Amino acid sequence: MSGAAVPEAPVVLRLEGIRKAFGKLEVLKGIDLVVERHEVVCLIGASGSGKSTLLRCVNLIEPVDAGRVYVDDVEITAPKVNVDRVRRRIGIVYQAFNLFPHMTVLDNVSLAPRKVLGVPRAKAEADARGLLARFGLEEKAAEYPDRLSGGQQQRAAIVRALAMEPDLLLLDEVTSALDPELVAEVLGVIRELARGGMTMVIATHEMGFARDIASRVCFLDGGRILEEGPPDRIFRHPTEERTRRFLQRVIESGRLGAEQAAGSPTD
Amino acid sequence: MGAAARSTLIAAVSTVVVFGLLVAVVVSAPNWPSVQESFLNGEVFWSSLPAILTAFRVNIALFLVSEVLILGVGLFVAVLRSLPGPVFTPVRFLATVYVDIFRALPGVLVIYILGFGIPGLQIPGVPTSPFFYAVLALTLLYSAYVSEVYRAGIDSVHPSQDAAARSLGLSRFQSLRYVVIPQAVRRVIPPLLNDFIGLQKDTVLVSYIGVVEIFRASQIKQAATFNFTPYIATALVFIVVTIPLARFTDWLVNRDRKRQLASAR
Repeated sequence: MSGAAVPEAPVVLRLEGIRKAFGKLEVLKGIDLVVERHEVVCLIGASGSGKSTLLRCVNLIEPVDAGRVYVDDVEITAPKVNVDRVRRRIGIVYQAFNLFPHMTVLDNVSLAPRKVLGVPRAKAEADARGLLARFGLEEKAAEYPDRLSGGQQQRAAIVRALAMEPDLLLLDEVTSALDPELVAEVLGVIRELARGGMTMVIATHEMGFARDIASRVCFLDGGRILEEGPPDRIFRHPTEERTRRFLQRVIESGRLGAEQAAGSPTD
Repeated sequence: MGAAARSTLIAAVSTVVVFGLLVAVVVSAPNWPSVQESFLNGEVFWSSLPAILTAFRVNIALFLVSEVLILGVGLFVAVLRSLPGPVFTPVRFLATVYVDIFRALPGVLVIYILGFGIPGLQIPGVPTSPFFYAVLALTLLYSAYVSEVYRAGIDSVHPSQDAAARSLGLSRFQSLRYVVIPQAVRRVIPPLLNDFIGLQKDTVLVSYIGVVEIFRASQIKQAATFNFTPYIATALVFIVVTIPLARFTDWLVNRDRKRQLASAR
């Protein structure tokens, strides 16, 4: 699709009027979103607000009912688009890791480059080892996933997605299944990716993290993006009453430190 | 005396008593001497054993050839039945009809109908060897069962595994080939072995279409000696071959259960 001569489009992802229902339950009621290259967009909102479904619609694992998804200005929801080709360029990491339990970590990471991109085994494995080393997992290459801690498994899942060198990485509540003491190591990996310029859309309940890392925060409520903007504004001066109430509940549950709470005097 | 030694002693004594009583009942039956003569004749046993063992090679060949075919055909049918979407409705329908029909039919009937029916058509170029039809019938019969075993395995792999594979850009086929089926097959090895114990025994059914295998050979010996001991010899051969396979299956089942318990900690 994008040859070497074509300059990189500034807009990586564009969503227009995305709708999705499961039976009678309307989960997404018309989502518009533009993600530019190197942007990190955090989706926040209560459970059931549609964050995960939205991510699954972006890589077409869930077919959309209406609306359009563009990646690099090419509509991927158009008929006859080869979805396998599209998905190569969009990485997704799931809450439950979904590593392949019958393969070693190395095989988990090198499978898609070998089978989808046709990279020879030796090169795919060398690349995989390099990536694993970058994220502190070189010692785990020969292990099976069930021998790894939750945090290591999730890092391995992130490495597996990165091995395809995606233009866009979707992270679906990647720390929600982890014990609290393992959350930091995974967030650290994502911070490093953000520093490296990876374009990401992140569904998260970690408000402190979202505030730190996001170039933009979108608050989802009832299947719509109710409010979006830079993290400072969303977290300190939300204009919508619902956003304010959501953040209030989050603060009360202790998910957002007091120093990051709305209206705090620092910076 | 320790508790374990005590249990062993009690088990040994009760086994001896129970089996002793059984033997006593059989041996004291009014017609025991003539039954002993016609079923447990040592001379007939040893004289018929070589021919029986030679014929058993045919059963082994049948078993091995059919098993390889069944593993392939069964998986193929299972995959056809697992294909999603309206496009594949006719394929799923045909696969389902096949499985339903061949699970409904008694094996002997299938062997008879194929073994006598197809050669009876006398189509030029169509094989006439009974061995060929024996393999065909056993493959068709057992693939229906085995495809259901595979399908249960495929269904037991969580959809998130397929989603993860497809998200990486693997095609539907690649996801099945590298992610879903390897996990499914691992889980169904014990029930597969169970079906193969059944197949091992059902190889005697093909004697009806003229394959000289172990059962046919023991019938021939029985007719020649007017003595039923060759059947006992055949029964022993099956026991000797099948019990290790059954124990191996049990061992695999146990190992899997332990693994599941360990990973669900």
